[in-house]
Amino acid sequence: MEDVKPQLLKVTIDGIEVEVEPGTTILQAARKIGPEVAPPAMCYYQPLKGSGGKCRACLVRVAAGSAKDPRPMPKLVASCLTAVQDGMIVENTTNPQVVDARNGIVEFLLLNHPLDCPVCDQAGECDLQNFAFDHGKVTTRYEEDRRTFEKHDLGPYIQLHMTRCILCYRCVFTADQITNKRVHGVLGRGDAAEIGTYIEKAIDNDFSGNVIDVCPVGALTDKTYRFKSRVWFSKPVDAHRDCPTCSGNVTLWYRGEEVIRVTARKNEWNEVTEFICNTCRFETKKTSDWTIEGPTKISRSSVISANKYRADTIKPSFGQRLAAAEYKQIHDERDTSQLQIEQLAPERFAKVLPSALEPEP
Amino acid sequence: MQLTNRAKQVSNKEMTLAEKMYLPAFFSGLGITISHLFKKKVTIQYPEVKKYLGPVYRGHHVLKRDEQGRERCTACGLCAVACPAEAISMVAAERKKGEENLYREEKYAAVYEINMLRCIFCGLCEEACPKQAVYLRHDRMVPVFMERDEVVYGKERLVEKMDDRYVRANNSEVKATPTEPSLTRAAT
Repeated sequence: MEDVKPQLLKVTIDGIEVEVEPGTTILQAARKIGPEVAPPAMCYYQPLKGSGGKCRACLVRVAAGSAKDPRPMPKLVASCLTAVQDGMIVENTTNPQVVDARNGIVEFLLLNHPLDCPVCDQAGECDLQNFAFDHGKVTTRYEEDRRTFEKHDLGPYIQLHMTRCILCYRCVFTADQITNKRVHGVLGRGDAAEIGTYIEKAIDNDFSGNVIDVCPVGALTDKTYRFKSRVWFSKPVDAHRDCPTCSGNVTLWYRGEEVIRVTARKNEWNEVTEFICNTCRFETKKTSDWTIEGPTKISRSSVISANKYRADTIKPSFGQRLAAAEYKQIHDERDTSQLQIEQLAPERFAKVLPSALEPEP
Repeated sequence: MQLTNRAKQVSNKEMTLAEKMYLPAFFSGLGITISHLFKKKVTIQYPEVKKYLGPVYRGHHVLKRDEQGRERCTACGLCAVACPAEAISMVAAERKKGEENLYREEKYAAVYEINMLRCIFCGLCEEACPKQAVYLRHDRMVPVFMERDEVVYGKERLVEKMDDRYVRANNSEVKATPTEPSLTRAAT
């Protein structure tokens, strides 16, 4: 007898069981459960083949390898590259070792990152900001000089701030897989590794603008949007147009009546699934060019939704969590007996409401 | 139920002769009134005389400059997003070559406006600022305005003048100097 359908594998992640097809990675299985369980990813990008395994942000502990061999894996594994096996038990945020490792990863990623978030255009929608906010420490122990680079213009639309780069290789994969000719790459090795075009060369391709969207930090930014606004001042709106080269499904970022930026639509994992062309991104910035579909769904906890009021507003929980963490018990010296509500004497009570004194049936 | 210990029992007993005459009570009341004529006056002749506002008062906003006189504000927008009254708005611009002595960072606020009618002086902008650029002066109030077009304060009224710099004592025990010592009452 032959099994036509592949057998589904049972995986337990943080105590939640999920059934996935063979060949799925731990990260994808966790994403299937939901955002609370999914490990963070800085370099893994689902639409790009071969991405992942570089930033170590998604490290998890495998407490049991499989049902046949239930020994734990000796070291933390990168969940974006490790395929699941039947009966695997994965510990993500429930394991203090994993939380501690992520803390260290944040520290390593921020070693050379300039922390110029007040200046950076990516602030507010930056993966590294989110990652550091969720998993990092408040302070730094690093005292040495950070490596710095001059900023480069890669053609008329894209600016490269190599200082902010975390070498995730996403833009390299994008150029390889989306555009037909890659002219930039990672030069040098180890500490000297940097994204560059080797000889000053413009990235000139119809789909080159997508490297801005895939960049998890502010290393590759839109020159037409440079310092125009902050993301939380602008209002994202879904729109589409008939484009001969791409799908034409985009997000328009409005400030007042003016479209200040056009980006591809991102899904809940902050990933672009439909890449857009440069004409849509850089050259059509008039409302009349687009068919508006409606406001983009933005998580209420995102800073992008700050100062925008809608009927379904839910306040982000961070403030409440902070208040709960900072809460101090106050020694209350008041005589609490005086705070009790005094009951009227039964003979007076009966005058007002005689039925209340009767025993209940 | 007793909330305080200051409650007095009232009685309806007969008044004595002295109480019936009312005069002693009348004169003792008059005495209180007259004694106030010789006490220190509590009224302050604002705006000629200004009161000491205290070391933690939150008054007039100031956009700080650093030691070399460069503007600290980098137009990051965190004050605007923190502002519960949405009183702050700004437009950023990129620093050009030759302006390094004017602005501290590569980005600066070309326009920075605070609507003083909206502002509730909560000080959240000061708390949110990552560059220590915006402060609420503890020694100066926002002056009274008469016209609506005076209400929006631009950079010309917010950026600190180099000859009138704002320094806040780190120690809250230290009393800051009142704005105009000669006019302030020397009562305290």
